[in-house]
Amino acid sequence: MGEFVFFLLALAWPFLAGSYGTGLITEALIFAIAAMSLDLLMGYSGLVSFGHAAFFGVGAYALALSGMKLGLNPWLGILVAVMTSALAALIIGYFCVRVSGVAFIMLTLAFAQLLYSAAVKWRGITGGSDGIGGFDRPQIAGLSLNDPIYMYFACLLGFVLSLWLLRRIINSQFGHALVGLRENETRMRALGFSTDRLKLCAFVLSGAFAGFAGALYAIYNSFISPDALSFAQSGMFLLMVVLGGVGSLLGPAIGAAIFLLMKQFVSSHTEHWLAIVGIIFVCCVMFFRSGVYGFLKQWLERGART
Amino acid sequence: MTLLRVESLQKSFGSLNVTRDVTLDVGAGEKHVIIGPNGAGKTSLINQIGGQMTPDGGRVMIDGSDVTRLAPEQRARLGLARTFQKNTLFQRLSVFENVRLGVQARFGNSFDLAQRAAARTDVNARARDVLDLLRLTALAERRVASISYGDQRQLEIAVALAGDPRILLLDEPTSGLSPVETRQLIEIIRALPSHLGILMIEHDMEVVFSLADRITVLYYGEVLASDKPDVVAANERVRDVYLGASF
Ligand SMILES: Nc1ncnc2c1ncn2[C@@H]1O[C@H](COP(=O)(O)OP(=O)(O)O)[C@@H](O)[C@H]1O
Ligand SMILES: [Mg+2]
Repeated sequence: MGEFVFFLLALAWPFLAGSYGTGLITEALIFAIAAMSLDLLMGYSGLVSFGHAAFFGVGAYALALSGMKLGLNPWLGILVAVMTSALAALIIGYFCVRVSGVAFIMLTLAFAQLLYSAAVKWRGITGGSDGIGGFDRPQIAGLSLNDPIYMYFACLLGFVLSLWLLRRIINSQFGHALVGLRENETRMRALGFSTDRLKLCAFVLSGAFAGFAGALYAIYNSFISPDALSFAQSGMFLLMVVLGGVGSLLGPAIGAAIFLLMKQFVSSHTEHWLAIVGIIFVCCVMFFRSGVYGFLKQWLERGART
Repeated sequence: MTLLRVESLQKSFGSLNVTRDVTLDVGAGEKHVIIGPNGAGKTSLINQIGGQMTPDGGRVMIDGSDVTRLAPEQRARLGLARTFQKNTLFQRLSVFENVRLGVQARFGNSFDLAQRAAARTDVNARARDVLDLLRLTALAERRVASISYGDQRQLEIAVALAGDPRILLLDEPTSGLSPVETRQLIEIIRALPSHLGILMIEHDMEVVFSLADRITVLYYGEVLASDKPDVVAANERVRDVYLGASF
């Protein structure tokens, strides 16, 4: 019910808000996809990745380069981006799922940094720290994503599709196995689950969705730089998930929106906006373990009972 | 036929030999009980059979084939199931989901991403049957963390049985249970499928002698005796070091 209201609001949004508001929510929808993809790992599989920007960035670069260097149609570019990110996740995940705990965190971080420095150093292809810009935005039947309203609806469609797919995955036997993994790996292995393969599969799926978000991000900005692969970007995805509520899918999506709105409003008043984000983050971890989403849900349920 | 065979197993932690040349068999339908004082190396032995711990020497065999190098999940797929001395459950999931995962491991498809888990009525039905068998049906929707310790001990066994194993390892299933709960659990173990080979660690001598087809006595990592209950009870060394004056 609440979701339906939100969806109607989302449909009407570009006509209610100005171009500024439309752009803001477009960006929020893109980051929401990335945050939900990280939640599949963090919230459902219990794998805390500190390098999720790797797949976001690879998707963004794959879209940009497939257009600029291969002359690929940008619609195909999105598909290429998703597949390239999935492949990157397969390779990186192959090593990462072998370890757990802090080693897993460190390894995901290290791989992301590796890709970051590759993007900075490999100037001939990636344009180095200047990035690449000015590539085509997709269009279909005369509707071009150059129009912010179509861009918004494309991202809304991408978000709804991602949410639907991720929910399906979570409700499947595979999804249930991931939750088992999060709860007790020793028992899962004693029961006969191939835990490494389950983790790798989750890693690849998560990477694919992050790559999809990255591709949309590249299209939205018509520009991509190594920042998309940076440690700061990985950190922001983590913040979005924790802020919104780990393991609730919709929570991290809300977290992404809140994060971006905060960034916009707080950073226009003070340059210390990251400090403020940090304080809110600490409060979340200490007092609202289930994030904004969990807090809202509890509050609404309490309201319904009285 | 020998379902499970442990052959000259060796394991040490530094200078501590927890398993010294241990050999034992479990046949189909057999209830084999391991006894021995605390720290004798009983749990370590179970861990090496289950694959949670790697032995330094010797072999573990299932149906005559060597599984010593196999991971726990590979052994499980050969029909080996176990419980843990310290409850190892999915604490934040429901009792039903704990058992359902056990069924899924064997009868479901964990790489099915499309179909809803709830739509696998065959898996759900088996999970309910197992809950029935262990008399946990009334607790099905409760979170594990919210049920009593005794019920959690019972759930340990339910989860292990979910995949219809052929060999069941039970590490002190009655530890921490009240006398009433212990008696209930013994009835449940007695009622388990008759083809099941059971290797069970137990402290309560009344339980041991009422259940065991065969008893192995471990003492400082070593097998003192491995035989029928009456023979073990009559063994001088066993009497000296373990059973004491009461037998
Ligand atoms: N992973 C380990 N590292 C070091 N020592 C261990 C380890 N596991 C068990 N031990 C030691 O081995 C001995 C036997 O332990 P255990 O097999 O749990 O005995 P039991 O189950 O018979 O009480 C104990 O002294 C214990 O401290
Ligand atoms: Mg023990």
